[in-house]
Amino acid sequence: MNMVATLAPYPDTTFGSTVYHLKSGGSGTILDINDLCLWYGAAQALHNVQMSVEKGLVTALIGPSGCGKSTLLRCINRMNDLVDNLRITGGIRLNGEDIYDRSADVIALRKRMGMVFQKPNPFPMSIFENVVYPLRVDGVRDKALLEETCERALRGSALWNEVKDRLDQSALGMSGGQQQRLCIARAIAADPEVLLMDEPCSALDPIATAKIEDLINELAGQYTVVIVTHNMQQAARVSDNTAFMYLGRLIEYGDTEVIFQTPKSPKTQDYVTGRFG
Amino acid sequence: MTDAAALQQESVPMSKSTGRRTDMRSRGEPALWSLGGALAIGIIMILGFLALVFSNGVETFIPKPITVVTGIDGTVTAGEPFRSELFKPTPEDFAKASPDWQARIKDANGYANRTLYRMGNFDIYGEDFRWVPDFMAAKIEQPHGLVFVERMEWGPFVGTVKSIKVDGVERPFTTLDDTAFVKAHETARDRSKAIRKIERVGINDVNHALEQERLGLRKVELASGRNSAEYKDAEARLTGISAGLQQRYDALSADVQKLREINAGNTITLAEIGGREKTIEFSALVRAYAANDLSFAQKAGVYVSRWAEFLGSEPREANTEGGVFPAIFGTAAMTLLMVIVVAPFGVITALYLREYAQQGRLVSFVRISVNNLAGVPSIVYGVFGLGFFAYVLGGSIDALFYPERLPNPTFGTGGLLWSALTLALLTVPVVIVATEEALAAVPRSMREGSLACGASKWQTIKYIVLPRAMPGIMTGVILAMARGAGEVAPLMLVGVVKLAPELPVDGMFPFVHLERSFMHLGFHIFDVGFQSRNAEAGKPMVFVTTVLLIALVTLVNATAIVVRNRLKKRFAGSQF
Ligand SMILES: Nc1ncnc2c1ncn2[C@@H]1O[C@H](COP(=O)(O)OP(=O)(O)OP(=O)(O)O)[C@@H](O)[C@H]1O
Ligand SMILES: [Mg+2]
Repeated sequence: MNMVATLAPYPDTTFGSTVYHLKSGGSGTILDINDLCLWYGAAQALHNVQMSVEKGLVTALIGPSGCGKSTLLRCINRMNDLVDNLRITGGIRLNGEDIYDRSADVIALRKRMGMVFQKPNPFPMSIFENVVYPLRVDGVRDKALLEETCERALRGSALWNEVKDRLDQSALGMSGGQQQRLCIARAIAADPEVLLMDEPCSALDPIATAKIEDLINELAGQYTVVIVTHNMQQAARVSDNTAFMYLGRLIEYGDTEVIFQTPKSPKTQDYVTGRFG
Repeated sequence: MTDAAALQQESVPMSKSTGRRTDMRSRGEPALWSLGGALAIGIIMILGFLALVFSNGVETFIPKPITVVTGIDGTVTAGEPFRSELFKPTPEDFAKASPDWQARIKDANGYANRTLYRMGNFDIYGEDFRWVPDFMAAKIEQPHGLVFVERMEWGPFVGTVKSIKVDGVERPFTTLDDTAFVKAHETARDRSKAIRKIERVGINDVNHALEQERLGLRKVELASGRNSAEYKDAEARLTGISAGLQQRYDALSADVQKLREINAGNTITLAEIGGREKTIEFSALVRAYAANDLSFAQKAGVYVSRWAEFLGSEPREANTEGGVFPAIFGTAAMTLLMVIVVAPFGVITALYLREYAQQGRLVSFVRISVNNLAGVPSIVYGVFGLGFFAYVLGGSIDALFYPERLPNPTFGTGGLLWSALTLALLTVPVVIVATEEALAAVPRSMREGSLACGASKWQTIKYIVLPRAMPGIMTGVILAMARGAGEVAPLMLVGVVKLAPELPVDGMFPFVHLERSFMHLGFHIFDVGFQSRNAEAGKPMVFVTTVLLIALVTLVNATAIVVRNRLKKRFAGSQF
């Protein structure tokens, strides 16, 4: 993780009501969310979200329950396409390409992103098959490549030593924490550009949580990580930038340390100090 | 009052404040109890019925002793005691009873006991069952030396063996275990088998070839007319070929004739209890045993061999004797074919409804219709199957592919295929409903996980949803199978027959004959039990066949349940 030693004041910018003071330490913008609005039927869940995600950094999304964090995250890999009566305006660019373009290939897009869900969702197959699933659906048949990928991904998610002798056993027989790390392994198996994590630690004990946080720290740099969390300490520990959302709006977005120590918006101040939410 | 009780009283404020008990009518328990009681009675009745069927079915094949009853009027009855019941004797019968018996009958309000004896010897007596009231019996004994002979025709014979003739030479009869007797029986049976084989395979082949040629000629006639040169050619060829076939036929017939003559020289002479004699060929003898002199092992041997015959051979005597192999085969083939049709059809329909169709009014309507289809009386499906499958579809197939056989229908009448399709239609709602439920129960998180990995919708369904839903789908298919295997009414319209001359699978090209009619265990029960000339003789068969049908359905279900549980176990992990 690219820690910036000094708390240099970043130039504040605004879009609508959002306050920005981004830490740039990554290598440019990878995701560019532009004036995104989203409606579930008649109810608007996202209001004019304007946000850019730095490549190679960890970006945390925080905010009270129901503020639209998951919704925003799921927009990035178009998981929301599954929802009926959904309407979206605005756009998201991944490396400059509009992912909501008519000609965009959703499946190809999702292959470039990994997603880890709040609850571990291993597939009912062996550990090995779980990890290499993204390659399998890509049509990879090469045994050596699959095995190599499996090992790399499992090492990447700090699970290799625990499961290397039982790769052919069902993934459903693992503990919850192991399952979650397996899901992370699955998400990074296909070498995605962006890793999206929706409260990955909410179902885990402190030890498993610590492991996963270490993991995120290790993955940063190699991958761009966007993580939703309810845990302030966690956000402070793992992320470079933090976005605070409230009622479907992005309130403040900037360097994690600034957000937690000297937030510019009073709402952010209230939330991070635990006055509501 | 103890403290605890006082506390309890305290914690029920209602009773304290109102001071009266809750009205019986406002409580649910009485209704619950009576419903539970009704259910329990229902279950007990079903279990009792199953036990009755089972015990009757299991003991049917046990060899029973032959009892000889000498009546007070001098009549002698020899036979297996079949069953007993109370009855009210007519005044004339009553008058014949001894004064002692008359008093006892009066004590019993005019009722007396009587026993039904299976006498056999239908060809001599013209009846094979006789009721003997207890008061008419002067002497009841089970003498040694009596034999029970099962014959190919005329049912069993009860009596004694007088003599045997082996290859035309009269031999003294010693015992049934005598090697001469056993060998004569075996060789005669082998000859019968050989005859049957010649008739079934050789002569059938000739007939088939002749029929093919005749059909070929008819085809030519339909194609180019009666006066064309082709027709003349074909006609000439047919004449030549049929001459050759005729020769082959004659040769085979001569073979059969020869074997028959040998069989005629191997006979066994039996005498019934009254002394009248009857000579039958060894080849017509199924099995003979000395009913009153059997050791336990011999009894077991007869029992096992009867079961083997029942399971492995064809019926005789209007289905009341012999085996039910064709019916087992027909039931299995039809059920299998039905599953092959219904499983993919039902699963694909459910997949479409649940995963692909736009959920809306139309889909709801389709779903309701499917559910209601399950409630349509099955005979209606039979009528539909006959009208649509057999007459419309089959008729079209005949007109297109078998015009030379018309007016004899090939597919245009009931048959295995149409039966399987009709039952598939009948059971498809079960599969659809179960599959839809199983699909809906696949967690959304798993689908999302798969899609997030870059899998397409179809890949997600193939790799994640279907395997996960498989136990549920299996349940549906099992239910469909169980329902289909036990269904009889619609089949009576679309292809089941009392006696099918040929199995739907045999050595004749194309080996599987989906157009043939077939036998079915369920229909067999109906036919033997309620349609046959001699209901009493068929009764044991009804029980055994019922036991068999129940056992088969149970076996199928048990296998499927085991498979399903295996699958389920694969998906059930530890929850953290
Ligand atoms: N599928 C859906 N259909 C309709 N409304 C939805 C749907 N999913 C979410 N919403 C609504 O959108 C809003 C934002 O939901 P979202 O799940 O993004 O919240 P969140 O910030 O992730 O909350 P949490 O922290 O509790 O997970 C909520 O008001 C929610 O009720
Ligand atoms: Mg959420």
